[in-house]
Amino acid sequence: MCATCGCDGQDHVHGKRIVDVEQDILHQNNLLAERNRGYFEAKNILALNLVSSPGSGKTTLLERTLTDLKGQLDFCVIEGDQQTTNDADRIHATGTKVTQINTGKGCHLDSQMISHALQGLKPKENSIMFIENVGNLVCPAMFDLGEKERVVIISVTEGDDKPLKYPDMFFSSTLCIVNKTDLLPYVPFSIEKVKENALKINKDLHIIEVSCTNGDGLQEWYSWLKSKVLAPETV
Amino acid sequence: MHELSIVMSIIEIATKQMEGADASIIEEIELEIGALSGVEENSFEFAWNQAVKNTPLKNAIRKIHKPEGIATCLDCMIDFSIQQLYDPCPVCGGHFLNIKNGKELKVKSLVVN
Repeated sequence: MCATCGCDGQDHVHGKRIVDVEQDILHQNNLLAERNRGYFEAKNILALNLVSSPGSGKTTLLERTLTDLKGQLDFCVIEGDQQTTNDADRIHATGTKVTQINTGKGCHLDSQMISHALQGLKPKENSIMFIENVGNLVCPAMFDLGEKERVVIISVTEGDDKPLKYPDMFFSSTLCIVNKTDLLPYVPFSIEKVKENALKINKDLHIIEVSCTNGDGLQEWYSWLKSKVLAPETV
Repeated sequence: MHELSIVMSIIEIATKQMEGADASIIEEIELEIGALSGVEENSFEFAWNQAVKNTPLKNAIRKIHKPEGIATCLDCMIDFSIQQLYDPCPVCGGHFLNIKNGKELKVKSLVVN
């Protein structure tokens, strides 16, 4: 009889052995992200993951965008916050379909949360899906949600060295929006410096300067959105 | 604190593999965490100690390989070591780089019993 578990020794092997794993730690998240991506592609939905530190104006940018482009494009929104439905309420007020995810103590959205939210949200075909991530420039960088593009937002009331301090987020994004440019006269923030720093991290990063208060630069952001929607799917 | 999610994923992967090998204890785990992977060592350590309690990894010896960051300058086509994503090419000073090494985040192997 086997001394380890009392079996007759026929069913399994005992003793030390090596198991080759070679598995990506984020494998499970990445698999589900690819499923989400497939869902978005099948329905021709442009999914955008909006990331930034808290208070950079993600929700305000969305409110403005949803209001200004109403009737031109179809939208829906997933809001990620640790607590409250405040942001979802603000989006709902613009007449857009929205779901709030509360992560509780969690510091980022993951692909499973998105997959779950999609089941309830049932986004329209050919629409734009904004996923507003938890305000955090660190953790969301590592978690693919299945988005087509990642958009990082920074406001001029933050430091222009932020790309260097939080390089992973700028490295993994394709578009950077510099928000609150109407406040530039009052803060020691250099647009040139932030661009220089961001491009040091990511040479392909596209940068758009906007102010959601006075509307400066928003047309460029809207053109970017429209170009992504109208882009032919086949190469 | 995404390190906690990372540790939880490691526990999940390792437990599944252990069960697949018909074992009940993990004696050793070999990980690969690249220098540019975005994992903070101290947070990882803290999360690890809390999360492995009451799991098969509780007493596992942990071996961590830390591949250094290596980038290729796309202008000069040379490889060089980088500590930060914004390190410039030592030859031309440019930032037109491709990250070649250092982003790894993997469970490599286990010793089970």
